[in-house]
Amino acid sequence: MQVSYYPGCTLKTNAKNFETSALAVLDRLGVTVQELEDWYCCGVCFSQTSDNLMQQIAPIRTLVKAKESGNRQLLALCTMCYNTLKRSIEFIKADEEKLEAIHKFMDREATRFYGNEVEVIDILSLIKQIGLDKLKDAIVKNGEDLKIASYYGCMLLRPKEIAIDSPDDPNIMEEIITAASCENVYFPFRTECCGSYQIVNEPDIIKDRAKKIVSSAIKNGADLIVMLCPLCYYNLDEVQIEIQKKDQSFQTIPVLYFTQLLALLMGIDPDINDFSLHSVDPRPILKRKGLL
Amino acid sequence: MKKIGVFVCHCGINIAATVDIKSVVEELKDYPGVAYIQDYKYMCSDPGQNLIKDKIISEKLDGVVVAACSPTLHENTFRMTVKTANMNPYNCEIANIREQCSWVHKDRSAATAKAKLIIKSVVEKALLDEELEPVKVPVVRKALVLGGGIAGIQAALSIANSGYEVILVERQSSIGGRMAQLSETFPTLDCSQCILTPKMVDVAQHGKIRLMTYAELADISGFVGNFKVKIKQKARYVNWDECTGCGLCVEKCPRNVPSEFDQELGKRKAVYTPFPQAVPNKPVIDADNCTYFKTGKCQLCKTVCPFDAVDFDETDKFIEEEVGAIVVATGYEVYPILNMSEYGSGKLPDVIDGLTFKRILSASGPTGGEVRRPSDGKVPKEIVFIKCVGSRDPENHFPYCSKVCCMYTTKHAMLYKHRVHDGQPYIFYMDVRAGGKGYEEFYQRAQEEEKVIFLRGKVSKVYQDDDKVVVCGIDTLSGTNVEIQADMVVLAMAIRPSKGAEDLAKLLKIGIDQNGFLTEAHPKLRPVESLSAGIFLAGCAQAPKDIPDAVSQGAAAAAMVSALFANEYLLHDPIIIGVDEDLCSGCGLCVSVCPYDARELNREKGIVEVNEILCEACGACAAACPSGAAQQRNFTDEQIGNMIKAILA
Amino acid sequence: MTKNRVISSRKIESEALEQLEEISGVNIYACYQCGNCSASCPAVEFMDIPPHQVIRLAQLGFIDDLTGSETPWICAACITCTVKCPRGVDIAKVMEGLRQIVLRSDFEHINIREIDEKLRKKLPQIALIGNFRKTIL
Repeated sequence: MQVSYYPGCTLKTNAKNFETSALAVLDRLGVTVQELEDWYCCGVCFSQTSDNLMQQIAPIRTLVKAKESGNRQLLALCTMCYNTLKRSIEFIKADEEKLEAIHKFMDREATRFYGNEVEVIDILSLIKQIGLDKLKDAIVKNGEDLKIASYYGCMLLRPKEIAIDSPDDPNIMEEIITAASCENVYFPFRTECCGSYQIVNEPDIIKDRAKKIVSSAIKNGADLIVMLCPLCYYNLDEVQIEIQKKDQSFQTIPVLYFTQLLALLMGIDPDINDFSLHSVDPRPILKRKGLL
Repeated sequence: MKKIGVFVCHCGINIAATVDIKSVVEELKDYPGVAYIQDYKYMCSDPGQNLIKDKIISEKLDGVVVAACSPTLHENTFRMTVKTANMNPYNCEIANIREQCSWVHKDRSAATAKAKLIIKSVVEKALLDEELEPVKVPVVRKALVLGGGIAGIQAALSIANSGYEVILVERQSSIGGRMAQLSETFPTLDCSQCILTPKMVDVAQHGKIRLMTYAELADISGFVGNFKVKIKQKARYVNWDECTGCGLCVEKCPRNVPSEFDQELGKRKAVYTPFPQAVPNKPVIDADNCTYFKTGKCQLCKTVCPFDAVDFDETDKFIEEEVGAIVVATGYEVYPILNMSEYGSGKLPDVIDGLTFKRILSASGPTGGEVRRPSDGKVPKEIVFIKCVGSRDPENHFPYCSKVCCMYTTKHAMLYKHRVHDGQPYIFYMDVRAGGKGYEEFYQRAQEEEKVIFLRGKVSKVYQDDDKVVVCGIDTLSGTNVEIQADMVVLAMAIRPSKGAEDLAKLLKIGIDQNGFLTEAHPKLRPVESLSAGIFLAGCAQAPKDIPDAVSQGAAAAAMVSALFANEYLLHDPIIIGVDEDLCSGCGLCVSVCPYDARELNREKGIVEVNEILCEACGACAAACPSGAAQQRNFTDEQIGNMIKAILA
Repeated sequence: MTKNRVISSRKIESEALEQLEEISGVNIYACYQCGNCSASCPAVEFMDIPPHQVIRLAQLGFIDDLTGSETPWICAACITCTVKCPRGVDIAKVMEGLRQIVLRSDFEHINIREIDEKLRKKLPQIALIGNFRKTIL
């Protein structure tokens, strides 16, 4: 199997360990991942206006490149990128006139993109597509003793049109976690927003949200929180240190990229996970549970 | 040439404001065939009708054209008018110059010109009209009622009390329906079973009612007054002729099954009667759960039965009957919590639906009427009721209001308070719809006397936190989000038509709306009739409704059936499509296009024959006929051709 | 404090309301004030006007109150409200519309230079770009 890959800005910088772990996992699963030769910022937050076409140009340009790559599927690891690219496709598919206007603006591009030529896919759906049996075969370590809280955040579930699973009661992460031999911990805040980009100028919102989310996972007995969004990751990881500074009794919980956990379970060289980037150090618990 | 009288109606200003009546009269008076023309302000009024009557006699008219409103409104009025002047009613025609002219146009001169053409074309039609007599059909004076809930029970009793025979068919082994599951009823709080069971007994004892439970309609043919129905009697594996209902088999049966009647909170046996007051009070064996049927061993029930009534070899039987009318009262089901992912998708044990809470409240229910929550039997001290769950939610579930939830939720909160004095009930609502006799007063009582806290807003999320069910919602009146650490949550789930209602509607050839409810013939004026003659509707199968409404509709449907049965014969419109035997080549094309199975090829004679009673005059055959042998009466090719010529002239 | 607002057809048919509906592409009159948007909003505690009241005030044409409110800037575009709405009102788009009305007359809501440099270097790019996309035209 072969897919195109769109990294986006953060996976080449802050979330480098998300990229390396994801690519290693996909390699083990027999997927050939071809990074696009040329790609642009997706715009991060999808413009929700009906009249602002400029913000659609960047994602559409990237989709043009994906079409030119010849692969049917375009993997977006970052959930923000997934959301934006996917919604841009929905946007142009819903309105021919707007697509035409965008095409006019991009008249120097050799290729035109109409919406159906490339499917943007997230890594969870890709793993399911490869098959959970194949995943099970690739798992070499026993995670039975690990209680995992899967945190979905927003971008994979909302709006409905691009949701990878039920927006209110998703199960795809838990399904994969089960296949990968770990135990699932359901916690009620697993689909709630962490506060997102408001970390820049409204950090109090993030403190409030992250505390609720993290505490709920801890209360339900989780050893680790796993997720797929570099921004959620930053917010939930970083904020715990802040909270702990003020409240000594606050119990932290390590936050991992979903693919880091899979890489460990597959016995891939732990160094690719670069745990030094984590604020809450996951190594002690991973050692205790025999994964390191 | 025939002498046609034309009567032009002003309809107040409805027509006269847009159509120049004077000019119409002036031009039409010289039209060939028009022997008399007169306009009048309200032709449908008594003086208007008398005018037509008088002129038929004085002017010796052969036919009448009334230029007025749509024939769906007053065609019958004017046909009856001409009949009193000894004219054949089918020689009276309507030219619609209101709905198809004055109401849809603004330009007076153009509308006037159009009105003239419409009237001229109808005059052409009237000139070639024949005298027709309605087709007479005898009526089978026996009714079939489908569904033994309160609506069906009422319909059956009312028809039977009018002196006609009734077959009451119920899918479950007992009649009683949903009402039998309720505890107290709003707004009077009288016991549901206490008021229902006498009616159930009346049904069982009524000499005119044949009760067929554990049965379903399997097939139907025929038409109003003459339906042929096939009823499937499901195998009960207990011979009810021998069984006395002693209950020994039930007592000895070793197999426990979740009780549907108790919303699966309690248990029943594999051989069971659904509830103690069941009518008929005789058990059936649920083969899907019976140990004998599954393993070939057991037969305990058969061994203990003193009357040797258990018969494992019984099979489904089919009974054929002829009936003249049908009442469909197949009721509702509760939308499953499974569909509400934000409220736990049915995975949280202490989040239940309203009907389940009714069983908890019921003295005969699984907790003996004590309010105890399903998970651990604890008495809930904080209880949250949520309304409009699935209802009024066009985006994710159903657009309609389920109508009964406002009142029953208020009742539940009240009954809870009566049983748990130190408990606190909360109701999340969006609107309180208390439009019934005594309903608003009941709602006020819940607020003032019982201190039920009403919170206006939706609940966004419900989740388990240790032994509490946390409810996150909003009170829009105070503008604040609220959170309640509840012990139990009761959801007022939407109600929707019973399972199988859609298939039944297809079988009966009656309509359903986009939500699956049966469609009435007219939302205001014909609320208990379906669009198929002789098939009537009652209860929640037609739309969500409470007990008084369901009973009223059951009785109303019965009145319609009785009115039908009061006739020895039914009259069928004679405007049907016949066959000109000289022209028909017997190609059979018309037979294949007829949606009513009214046409049949007589191979011996080599022509097609028509069952005049079945023909609904849709005209599909006339359009398909290559030789012109299929001609609709008073809509012949010649008439239609002349009408078109008159308009194009 | 309770404000006395005069309701009139002039407000309800105002250009500002028309502009909001045009930018957002949302029919705000589908809302029946169930409040589910506010009940499910993760940031409602930080807002001066909760989302359901934003829609209500918009229905009545009080757009000035909304463009002067902090609410659209607190909204993190998580789209929970939109997914929860039983009437299909895309509240997240209304919030975007309000932000755009403000930005189109005054293109910056935040000053990038005021962001702490250490923080700026540490934050994931998607946090910064995401924020700028919502606060700077």
